[in-house]
Amino acid sequence: MTIGLYHYLVLAVTLFAIGFFGVLLRKNTLIIYMCLELMLVAATLALVAFSRFNGTIEGNVFVFFILTVAAAEVAVGLAIVVALFRRRGTVDVAKLNALKN
Amino acid sequence: MPAILFYIFSALTLAAAIGLVANRNAVASALSFFVCLCGISVLFVMLDAHLLAFLLILVYAGAVVALFLFIIMLLDMHGGKRPPFKKMTIVASSIAGALLIFGAFSFFARGQFSTDELALAQAPAFFTDLKIYGAKLFTTYMLPVQLVGFLLLVGMLGVIVISKKHEEKEPGDRIQEPGDKP
Repeated sequence: MTIGLYHYLVLAVTLFAIGFFGVLLRKNTLIIYMCLELMLVAATLALVAFSRFNGTIEGNVFVFFILTVAAAEVAVGLAIVVALFRRRGTVDVAKLNALKN
Repeated sequence: MPAILFYIFSALTLAAAIGLVANRNAVASALSFFVCLCGISVLFVMLDAHLLAFLLILVYAGAVVALFLFIIMLLDMHGGKRPPFKKMTIVASSIAGALLIFGAFSFFARGQFSTDELALAQAPAFFTDLKIYGAKLFTTYMLPVQLVGFLLLVGMLGVIVISKKHEEKEPGDRIQEPGDKP
């Protein structure tokens, strides 16, 4: 049995759903951030699979750019988390409710 | 043989992803994320994207996971332990994730993709050569390369500005306890 596009897409969708589940479930900002990264990587897996099965390189180049943007995004996001921890003393999203009232 | 490898590594990736979500310890979650990225990079190799597999290990596993571990160490979150979840949260998150999977599968079930027509052997893998990447990046995608370079510069400046120490404290910065006077 050969592995087709369908298999890769199912895997990518499942990984994306697990990441989404983690974003909703967890309270720790860092874990939420890691789950966001997992969703991003799942999307890149789908892009690479589409690119491979269509015989074009465009998807791969797009993933190349996604990796670059993700690196910048992680740097800025983690700086924000550190700044948040310095000001509020917590990274628990349940306690970060300054905008609630 | 590739089918067996695909199933082994996709199972490893999924298990590591579940470990990332479910682990009690933040450091263990970060290491699960590392294992997950390694599994995905093996899948990239199986999709003939060798450069991307290498970059994924280099950028994500090398830089991003290391940065996460460093920040976990820096924040010192009471040993990284988490309190148990509320039942309502678990149920709601599970329903949301299941709906996402269901939506995707119903899309697949419409017959958009059929496994027979899109077998791995049919499309030739012409882009394993690095020269094609270089040619594409410096001709068709010249402007995006410049923009991404500029984005990295802006990101670097942003990190420097954000992580600078601000001496003056604004009122209301601290978390207000219930007993506090406003």
